Amino acid sequence: MLLVFTELLPEELSSSLDGIGVLWKQVGSTSEIEGLSPQGGWSGTFVIDTDLSAALITCASLRQQEISVGPILIGIPESELANLTRSNRLFDDFIALPARNNELAARLRAMSSRFIPDAKPQIVEYNGLVLNLATYQTSVSGRPLDMTYMEYQLLKHFMTNPGSVLSREVLLKDVWGYEYYGGARTVDVHVRRLRAKLGEEHSQLIHTVRSVGYVFSPTQWDL
Amino acid sequence: MERPQDYVLRTVEERGVQFIQLWFTDVLGTAKALSITPAELENALEEGMTFDGSAIEGFSRVQESDMLAKPDPETFQILPWKEVNNPVARVFCDIVRLDGSPFEGDPRHVLRRALGKARERGFSFFAAPEMEYFYFNDADPSHPPIPLDQGSYFDLDLSSRGGEIRKRTVLALEDMGIPVERSQHEDSPSQHEIDLRYTDALTMADTIMTVRLVVKEIASRNGVHATFMPKPLSGIQGSGMHTHFSLFQGDTNAFYDPDDEHSLSDIAKGFIAGLLRHSREMAAVMNQWINSYKRLVPGFEAPMYNGWAHNNGSVVVNVPHAKKPSSTRVEFRSPDPGINPYLAFAAVLYAGLKGIEEGYELPPSVEDNLYTYTRSQLMAEGISTLPTSLSRAVDEMANSELMAEALGEHVFQWIIRNKRDEYIRYEREVTQFELNSYLPRL
Repeated sequence: MLLVFTELLPEELSSSLDGIGVLWKQVGSTSEIEGLSPQGGWSGTFVIDTDLSAALITCASLRQQEISVGPILIGIPESELANLTRSNRLFDDFIALPARNNELAARLRAMSSRFIPDAKPQIVEYNGLVLNLATYQTSVSGRPLDMTYMEYQLLKHFMTNPGSVLSREVLLKDVWGYEYYGGARTVDVHVRRLRAKLGEEHSQLIHTVRSVGYVFSPTQWDL
Repeated sequence: MERPQDYVLRTVEERGVQFIQLWFTDVLGTAKALSITPAELENALEEGMTFDGSAIEGFSRVQESDMLAKPDPETFQILPWKEVNNPVARVFCDIVRLDGSPFEGDPRHVLRRALGKARERGFSFFAAPEMEYFYFNDADPSHPPIPLDQGSYFDLDLSSRGGEIRKRTVLALEDMGIPVERSQHEDSPSQHEIDLRYTDALTMADTIMTVRLVVKEIASRNGVHATFMPKPLSGIQGSGMHTHFSLFQGDTNAFYDPDDEHSLSDIAKGFIAGLLRHSREMAAVMNQWINSYKRLVPGFEAPMYNGWAHNNGSVVVNVPHAKKPSSTRVEFRSPDPGINPYLAFAAVLYAGLKGIEEGYELPPSVEDNLYTYTRSQLMAEGISTLPTSLSRAVDEMANSELMAEALGEHVFQWIIRNKRDEYIRYEREVTQFELNSYLPRL
């Protein structure tokens, strides 16, 4: 089952998808996904948006879903192609809309052949910084990093939510839990310790967003 | 989310950690460690590791000796200066009795208790120390210590051995996730300073224990001796540990008030007043060694007087200029690097909270250099001094309800006994000064 993520699905696209013969389901928001669990999982996701940045934000949010959404194909207007840059795992393929039927069909077929059902990535990697979710170990260019438990949890949270701006309150709740009395300042202290451990080159992966919080952003563009 | 224990066990396995050091602190602030193997770790994490408490200063008498060292898994950290192929890790421990109840002689527990009290009042407590220390050729007490260089404050000496060792130390600290605000050569020959970036008081107390160890370890590996002794050489500036404190309410710095002429809130003023009023009672903990009092003499920027100011080396509290509201803080200048950081922070917190709760009034600031004042001038201004000897400091503490409450009966009584003992042994010594002054002429 293909997940089609868009607020507004153009009539032609809807017909194309039917014409190709793929089973698909449209949703307009991530909350709608939560209730769904198709037989065999999602074979992939088609994110349609007129704005590239918005599409990328959607991708980032989809990657953090509990259930795997499979490979992501983004559909954007031709005018947005100029803004496209490499963006590390946020999407797997792109197509300019409006698209020709045979091209759309070809891309959807290619996508599903790459898909391994229910494979939640055990390894998260950006620019040589590697986090292994199964062994809890972190390394930079092959060299192991000595993390404390909280530093690991914080880094894991950042790396599994790339591109999402996380406020101090959200980090406090998700990483420290409700029992923590220290206050949001403790988040700043831990981010600082984490940056010190990551070293000059990789500490820049964690950007401060003034008055809001932090974002783990391996790409060139800023949200 | 994984439990901290699972993270620790998995990391030990994945990284091939050979030994895990269980770190704790005795009442005097000396770092202690029990080494265990990965096989013993799981049990140690669940139940704690038994050890004989009677061997530890301040812990227990022979009858009630067995204790449990309970690792705090969130402090698990691989030590970066050990061999990469044989990693060694450490974890800080809380000491509990065999029945699981916290041991009141454990300094870490004393601080936790104080922090609990602050938390009940809606405060979290942050600290940032400036750690001064010396490098000497060796630790042989049969001759005066020999400095590595003749440098001075902020000196940049490109071939400086001390500076090089300090740099390696700072890098090792950063590798352990201990961010260093800055470091520099200090005023006296071969004296250095490492300023740590603020963090919550419990973590900072653990960090101070770690830093003292790392500084000494790296010095030793480089063939020299590092010392946190307050006054190793007479006639030159000694080592202090001025510490910056702040109280936060949630996300807001509780010391800041934009409408005040000094930008200090009533909470800040109460806190400072508490420190000033109780500094004499706290001296036996802030300056706990005979040698501590050799540092607290006029003319060397060491604080001797109970007053506060913005930038005055002769008084015990300074309020440094804060670049932004969230960095409003109080600098307490009496502690020296020989403290037990857990006990010192607990005492500061109790004194500060008392000043806030009972609305102590803050006296006016004192911007003059008080070293030049005569006794009668000081009396006229109502300025009291810190105790001038360990003996006097202990007597002050013995009469202090605040300190009994802050430290708990066990630690309180033990320190008074121990320090009185130390003073008696000192008084019996015939010193070099006496031999030099009297042997030839009497």
